[in-house]
Amino acid sequence: MTPPADSPPLAHATAAPARTPRPTPAVQVLSAEKTYPNGTQALLPVDLTIEEGEFVTLLGPSGCGKSTLLKMVAGLLEPTDGRLQLWHKPVAQLEESGKKMAFVFQSPTLMPWASVQTNVRLPLDLAGVPRQEADGRVSEALALVGLSKFANALPRALSGGMQMRVSIARGLVTQPDLLLMDEPFGALDEITRHKLDADLLDLWRKKKLTVIFVTHSIHEAVFLSSRVVMMAARPGRVVEEFRIDAPYPRTADFMVSPEFSRYAKQLQDSLLRASADTEETAA
Amino acid sequence: MSTPFPTSPIAAPAERSAPARAPAKPAAPRVPLMAQPRVQRVVYPLLVGLVLIALWQGLVTAMELPPYLVPSPLLMLKTLFTDWAALGGSLWVTVKITVLAFAVATVAGVLISFLFVQSKRIETALFPYAVLLQVTPIVAVAPLIIIWVKDPTASMVICAALVALFPIISNTTLGLRSVEPDLQSYFKLNRATRMQTLLRLRIPSALPYFFGGLRISSGLALIGAVVAEFVAGTGGQGAGLAYQILQAGFQLNIPRMFAALLLISLTGVALFALMAWLTRAALGSWHASENSHD
Repeated sequence: MTPPADSPPLAHATAAPARTPRPTPAVQVLSAEKTYPNGTQALLPVDLTIEEGEFVTLLGPSGCGKSTLLKMVAGLLEPTDGRLQLWHKPVAQLEESGKKMAFVFQSPTLMPWASVQTNVRLPLDLAGVPRQEADGRVSEALALVGLSKFANALPRALSGGMQMRVSIARGLVTQPDLLLMDEPFGALDEITRHKLDADLLDLWRKKKLTVIFVTHSIHEAVFLSSRVVMMAARPGRVVEEFRIDAPYPRTADFMVSPEFSRYAKQLQDSLLRASADTEETAA
Repeated sequence: MSTPFPTSPIAAPAERSAPARAPAKPAAPRVPLMAQPRVQRVVYPLLVGLVLIALWQGLVTAMELPPYLVPSPLLMLKTLFTDWAALGGSLWVTVKITVLAFAVATVAGVLISFLFVQSKRIETALFPYAVLLQVTPIVAVAPLIIIWVKDPTASMVICAALVALFPIISNTTLGLRSVEPDLQSYFKLNRATRMQTLLRLRIPSALPYFFGGLRISSGLALIGAVVAEFVAGTGGQGAGLAYQILQAGFQLNIPRMFAALLLISLTGVALFALMAWLTRAALGSWHASENSHD
């Protein structure tokens, strides 16, 4: 990725080492930017390539454009300028590549009138998958998130964490290749969040997903990601990238290791530098 | 006894997903009958009613008020039975007009709402006329409708339906537009068709608002029916309860007037209860506004 010209030298950013050769880029963001009609720059031009199988976190304070970037990848927002490609196809033509994308929102966004099962089946119903096949896949997805027992419950009968699991099951039921998550666990208590983070990592490894995960938690970013994209606000922009080279599977032990603290410190420093820049420009 | 139905709070239903979750109920401990909210909801108003009626009966007896000024509750009940031949028939007429008008208003209101949500332009162009319809007093329009429409039942149904129409239009339109934005994005991401979005998202999201509209409109349909009967009834056609009240007024048959009034009120209460039951049956399991009994 090309950092904006005014950002500090990438002293901390590890240059992408020759890892396992995985040449297929899943997501390519090519100088995509977003400016709103009133002139607000939500996102300065971003260049970012995400390879198949990566777990990339977009980390930054509110207003840094991380959700905007994610929504552009999803095709929910159009870039004002620049392009985005998924498996070398424009976002709108993802189907042609035979790949699938799923989006998990900040809130569970379930249909309150429908059972857990019906909620999870929704993307299959919309795509016209035959009922019997769909039901089979729904059971599988619910088993993956550990909610098989609650298939017939209504969302309101579940806790916030369980509702989020339903939302993830709904994302997984289409067997996506790319999973986009917009601060999915931001509203949950810390204990529940750790549990879901760990479960998500398992799913990512088991299903060989490519994940883009938006968060404002440094700890979550370090724990989950193979790569962290640091962003800053006013104007929204990408400032630095970090590889988190700690091996998977990552456990609770990783979270108390010196390595973890070192990564967290790096990200913290980067965040401070980025916000210092912002204050200078604002002054 | 002036309002035939309890005024309900305006449509907007409570926030969508309640934070409160139904906890797994432990084996219910024995609550004394009178401490149960369910029982209290019936018993308390009933007690107030009984006290008021007793007071009324007592005052009429004690002050020896003549029945042509204030009949006692007992006399009213007696009249209800002795004059049932006339009153029962009138009740049927009024109920028929109310129910027909309510049905017409519901169907028309829903269709108009669907039209409104098709495009903001259609709504902008037509909404003022829906308001115009609502603010024009039906008493002023009724004579015209009764002249234009030959069949007396049809003319009264139209009058009452006009009164009941607006809350259904405004509530259903609001409901069809009140879809959670993220959920709408989710449908868009999954390339849902317009029809799929309508059936699976917009209509279910609109239901709580729609039922709020129904509750208000059921009462308005009754008011509209009575008003239409007052206007049309002077011609002596289609003897509804309003006509009975007019006639009883002319004859100073005040007990019968009260009996007819009682029937109108009971009709309104029954309609409201029916709508409340229908709302609970349709939304009870999932919507926050209907889960207060937990």
